[in-house]
Amino acid sequence: MYTFSKNAKLVTYIMMAIGAIALVYGFATDGHRTWPSLLLNNFFWMAVSLGAIFFLAVQYAAEAGWATGLKRIMQAQGSHVLFGGIIMLIIFIAGAMHWNHIYHWMAEGVMDPESHHYDKIIAGKQAYLNVPFFLIRAIIYIAGWAWAGHMLRKLSLKEDMIGGTEPYFKSRKISAIFLVFFAVTSSMAAWDWIMSIDTHWFSTLFGWYVFISFFVSALSVLALLTVYLKKIGHLEIIRVDHLHDLGKFMFAFSIFWTYLWFSQFMLYWYSNIPEEVVYFQQRITDYKWPFFIMLGINFALPVFLMMTRDAKRAWNTVAIMAVIIVFGHWMDFFVMIMPATVGHHFHIGFVEIGGFIGFGGFFFFNVLRTLAKAPLIPKNHPMLKESEIHHI
Amino acid sequence: MANKVIHGIFDDDDVLLKGVKEIRERGISIDEVYTPFPVHGLDHALGLARTRISIAAFFYGIMGTMLASLMMYYMMIADWPQNIGGKPSFSFLQNMPSFVPIMFEVTVLCASHLMAITFLIRCGLFPGAKAQNPDPRTTDDKFLVEINSDGNDEAVRQALMDAGAVEVNEQELA
Repeated sequence: MYTFSKNAKLVTYIMMAIGAIALVYGFATDGHRTWPSLLLNNFFWMAVSLGAIFFLAVQYAAEAGWATGLKRIMQAQGSHVLFGGIIMLIIFIAGAMHWNHIYHWMAEGVMDPESHHYDKIIAGKQAYLNVPFFLIRAIIYIAGWAWAGHMLRKLSLKEDMIGGTEPYFKSRKISAIFLVFFAVTSSMAAWDWIMSIDTHWFSTLFGWYVFISFFVSALSVLALLTVYLKKIGHLEIIRVDHLHDLGKFMFAFSIFWTYLWFSQFMLYWYSNIPEEVVYFQQRITDYKWPFFIMLGINFALPVFLMMTRDAKRAWNTVAIMAVIIVFGHWMDFFVMIMPATVGHHFHIGFVEIGGFIGFGGFFFFNVLRTLAKAPLIPKNHPMLKESEIHHI
Repeated sequence: MANKVIHGIFDDDDVLLKGVKEIRERGISIDEVYTPFPVHGLDHALGLARTRISIAAFFYGIMGTMLASLMMYYMMIADWPQNIGGKPSFSFLQNMPSFVPIMFEVTVLCASHLMAITFLIRCGLFPGAKAQNPDPRTTDDKFLVEINSDGNDEAVRQALMDAGAVEVNEQELA
């Protein structure tokens, strides 16, 4: 049983305090810069949580046994999605009230042919991009995700009490339903919340691109938590074989992220149609360094540092790579969100990094608090034995 | 020179895996094990060195990338530059993104095919190769442990029986 120690608590409090100071400082000096940073950091950590629920559901739907010993960590990771989701809604409502101007299509007069702000292209998207429908969709996504995370956790705790296979099969059913729901909503959330920032621009694979970016971050955070818990003496049944598998996932999905990134980039670069290519034009001219550095971090580093078997079987290497990948994908989201909100006036300064640390603190506070509530190993899970003897 | 090998036949892969460990603990070295399907962990139990095929595959892959770069450079830049979609046609570097799919595919092609061919050559498998297994039952449901007895036949036989062999045979080497 893990206990949320005083020191760990203190660390998350300090992180949250840094985040709060960054937010207050940001709003006091430059709200135009702080809102997108708030969106970026909250979305990132919420998505890290969401990715863990997805991974958990995959374990059930695929009837995979090896990760049974890690399921409690995934559940704990998933517990943050509701908190993150609520803050997302606050940001959207603030946008609808014109407190922030993240979403250009929410601006006054854009959809009104009489107004001098009228934008014919955006007005054509009104059926989908209007505030009530946008908020309803957001609530549906967040409620669905939080529900699935909550149910899987609840059934797993019930399993500890009553044993048997009934909770397992019920979890599998919920997972299967959730995966279908997630397949649609993860893409739609990406269009709604991130792609619609660049309102004129569109990409058909943007949803998967966003999904894979946060999924690999979620896997990295899962590996990081696993290494942390192992180092402080928990997770008896988790051995280097499990770490190896997590490392493989991190490696594979880093490559897959590159594949999707490149698929999107190359088609736009090659066809060179002005309305499409402007997206990358802006990123390469104004965001040259973040754009290329994040490519290097997210592709080149995993390829060269995680390719060998030995690297994936070393606890410290995997933990360091996890931190690097998380930072790389945060930068990836930075490059997705910032160009259309703050344009070439962007900074990677105290407001952005502080917000990242702050929401990270909030995330880890929720995760560790949830972890401490139940034993780390689901003791009546029907596939526990398979996880114990997992060997590669 | 030993001119005789002893074969222990097993009928279960778990017994085999445990047996192999026991035999090796007695200081008897096993020459070869024939199984009808891959047995997980057997290579480790036999103390075989880790395969180097992944290292070979890495270099085959690098070779493929270079080959593809060279090919695309020659075809699209040096020999016959074409104006496709207004892309600069005299610079490899500026045209590189459009060559990436080809570079990727040739990398995979070289790595996978050369890896498979390397494997077949190292195993001595080529068209018309003669089957090496001493007992045809190892292609069906039996596992065979082959030990080169260095004069201590009895000890080897005993070790095999103790390890759970259902049958112990001898074979004279020509």
